[in-house]
Amino acid sequence: MSDIISVKDVSVSYFGKQVLENVSFQFTSGHLIGILGPNGAGKSTLMKAMLGLIPKDKGSIEINSKPIKDFRKRIAYVPQRSNIDWNFPITVRDTVVIGTYPKLGLLRRPKKEDKDWAMQCLEQVGMQDFASRQIGELSGGQQQRVFLARALAQKADYFFLDEPFVGIDVSSEEVIIGILKKLQNEGKIVFVVHHDLTKVKNYFDELVLINKQLIDAGPVHKVFQAENMTRAYERPVLMLNDLEVQM
Amino acid sequence: MEFLNDLQTYAFLQKAFVTSIMVGIICGVIGSFIILRGMALMGDAISHAVLPGVAISYMLGINYFYGAVFTGILTAFGIGAITQNSRIKSDSSIGLVFSAFFALGIILITRAGSATDLTQILFGNVLAVRTSDMWLTLAIGSIVILVVILFYKELLVSSFDETMAAAYGLKVRFIHYAIMFLLTLVTVASLQTVGVILVVSMLITPASTAYLLTNRLSVMVVLASFFGAFSAVIGLYFSFEYNMPSGPVIALATTALFLLAFLFSPKQGIIFRKIQAFNRKKLA
Repeated sequence: MSDIISVKDVSVSYFGKQVLENVSFQFTSGHLIGILGPNGAGKSTLMKAMLGLIPKDKGSIEINSKPIKDFRKRIAYVPQRSNIDWNFPITVRDTVVIGTYPKLGLLRRPKKEDKDWAMQCLEQVGMQDFASRQIGELSGGQQQRVFLARALAQKADYFFLDEPFVGIDVSSEEVIIGILKKLQNEGKIVFVVHHDLTKVKNYFDELVLINKQLIDAGPVHKVFQAENMTRAYERPVLMLNDLEVQM
Repeated sequence: MEFLNDLQTYAFLQKAFVTSIMVGIICGVIGSFIILRGMALMGDAISHAVLPGVAISYMLGINYFYGAVFTGILTAFGIGAITQNSRIKSDSSIGLVFSAFFALGIILITRAGSATDLTQILFGNVLAVRTSDMWLTLAIGSIVILVVILFYKELLVSSFDETMAAAYGLKVRFIHYAIMFLLTLVTVASLQTVGVILVVSMLITPASTAYLLTNRLSVMVVLASFFGAFSAVIGLYFSFEYNMPSGPVIALATTALFLLAFLFSPKQGIIFRKIQAFNRKKLA
């Protein structure tokens, strides 16, 4: 069964300043969607608004015509790396075990099977040898893989990743994109806030291009066009043609 | 050794002993969460802010527990209200609110009671623990420990990654105020032992010491409790043997433990770090 996530007419403001204005789009299962736009375009804000983490001025976010709040336990969110306290006394394994919390609910503790499942998720991202390390001892790319493992441990249907590729090594990036594509093929819906234009065509099959307002949303080949990009970035995006060559 | 004999002989000393240990444990437990959530100053604020509550209870002739909890909670909400509804940053609003409450408390106490009461409340007098105080501390301790055991998972995830916790539907603001409430209870329980001014040392220092020694939250909580209880007993000993105020002795005991960890912790201690750096240099 295919799910539909629809964002309808969403506006968000911080302290009276409009950050998002009347953003609408919708996507179905089995897509890997990049949320793209210049700095300050409201990409992370859009993701947080979709997850109900910040108040909206108006608009709604629905999955299959029901409010997204009803689906919280089927959503996995990977925050920006800069939002995490990397000195927190927690090991890699326990970080991934947190992914089993939503389904456990209150008062139930993770059991052996939950811990085994967490280890399997760690293996999927190739981090099982680091299970006993404190999370701050890892490199940026390794940390990001651990957080992806945590998202996998949630057994979610909808994935939201905020800037997962910032400041990480090439091999971690490959591992992560490989897993995201696998999720896509399994029929999940994956949203990724992204700002590096070079690999857009390789990574995503659908795009949301925003700059406070929605510029365009839909399949990459339709959205990732010179005219759209110029409108979003408010300047000619020169690299665009070189990128086409690289692809 | 003589202390141990006295401990067996005197009932008042036994009460003080049991109370100090419980206070040490719960300060370590709540303190661990407080420092990881970056709310160390909040602990200081609430401990000072219970003072007017104590004074008002004293005037009304009710148990100081009720008034203290009331003004403690009021402070937590006051700080939250100022931070959320103005451009004042949270450290400033903490300072603003608690100094006002503390000042009010001092005026009320000097009006209501005698100077000795004020000193006791400010600096603690563990030897004056009454039976009712002991039971109050044990009751509060049981509540705090039970809540932390039952909701350990939720406390862990909301302290570590609040956004994820909120994303999967935890009421993170409710958890914040629940911790403030527990913090107020712990502060009230600690009044007799350490006193208002130095509660913060019991909240922050044993937890910080534990933080230097482990990479697991559960271990940190247990270690912090142990350090807290140990320091409290040291405070009791000096208070009894040398007639010193218990609060300051406890505060210095926690600091001594911290310094040991700061110097000698295998992973975080500065001495081992220097040795490691030296060895690395030699290898290179």
